[in-house]
Amino acid sequence: MTTMQEIITILAVIFGTMVTRFLPFILFPEGKTPPKYISWLGTVLPCAVIGFLVVYSLKDTVSSPFHGLPELISILFIALLHKWRKNTLLSIGSGTILYMYLVQAWFH
Amino acid sequence: MKTKAFKAALPHTLPICVGFLFLGMSYGFLMRSKGFSFVYPMLMSLFIFAGSMEFVTVNLLLSAFRPLYAFFLAFMINARHLFYGISMLEKYKHTGWKKAYLIYGMCDESFTINCTVTPPPGVEKGWFLFFITLLNQLYWVAGATLGALLGYVIHFDTTGIEFVMTALFVVMFINQWEENKHHGPALTGLACSFSALLIFGAESFILPAMALIVFCLSLSKNRPNSELPSDE
Repeated sequence: MTTMQEIITILAVIFGTMVTRFLPFILFPEGKTPPKYISWLGTVLPCAVIGFLVVYSLKDTVSSPFHGLPELISILFIALLHKWRKNTLLSIGSGTILYMYLVQAWFH
Repeated sequence: MKTKAFKAALPHTLPICVGFLFLGMSYGFLMRSKGFSFVYPMLMSLFIFAGSMEFVTVNLLLSAFRPLYAFFLAFMINARHLFYGISMLEKYKHTGWKKAYLIYGMCDESFTINCTVTPPPGVEKGWFLFFITLLNQLYWVAGATLGALLGYVIHFDTTGIEFVMTALFVVMFINQWEENKHHGPALTGLACSFSALLIFGAESFILPAMALIVFCLSLSKNRPNSELPSDE
């Protein structure tokens, strides 16, 4: 690809990404009240979307060699630790370190 | 006021800081290893600011020139942002000129944090969300640039560091779970996404998962016990 083609490709990606981010705000501007269905969706979606994101971040583990075992162990650890200490940074940090240890020392 | 908002925002972004620095560095290093100068990851992380898509774009740049395909691919891979936008219609109100940037920088992680945290008393919402978004982007751009510049010097084994994203989403999920009486939407999100993943596979499950989530949520909308869950 020429440099100009590269720039155009990147611009296409930027545009595609920005459409997904701005479209709801363009369709439902601040001044007007959005349809009740959309407002309702905006209250229930956050919880569902975070559930989606958990699955999304694990999407490649199902077919991985260990079928997500190090991930499962780490997630259980995070859940227990977080229920106990309720410290976001601690839970995320130690969960990640545990996972890195597991995949580097055992699951590789 | 701005300093207060900045100080309040900073701690919420610290988990992301570590993750983005290392993930960004792996991205910058990857691009450098494929022959791109550091300018590429630096500008791409600045203007695209969507991690997974940026990795895909590396492949796009090394393939045949298909701009329309690139556009549609970016739209599909990032389609979940449509949900973020709908979720944030309320919370991003009354933020003035900052709103444009809040939307522009609405990646997975900034969405998750902005949607679940509330500013402490006395801190203005707009600036609080702004600094969370800005700091996250700063970490990402810094990581990508550093990675491309320092790629040959870094030598410790960062295998598995990308799990920090999963860890973030899990913790946020638990926080949301504790704060809400009705667990229907959260369970719907998990179940629909997982089912779609099993049926359609990792490459193609995003859109079906989103459709399934909206469908199942709407089913419960008209049941007698589905009041609007109270949040905020």
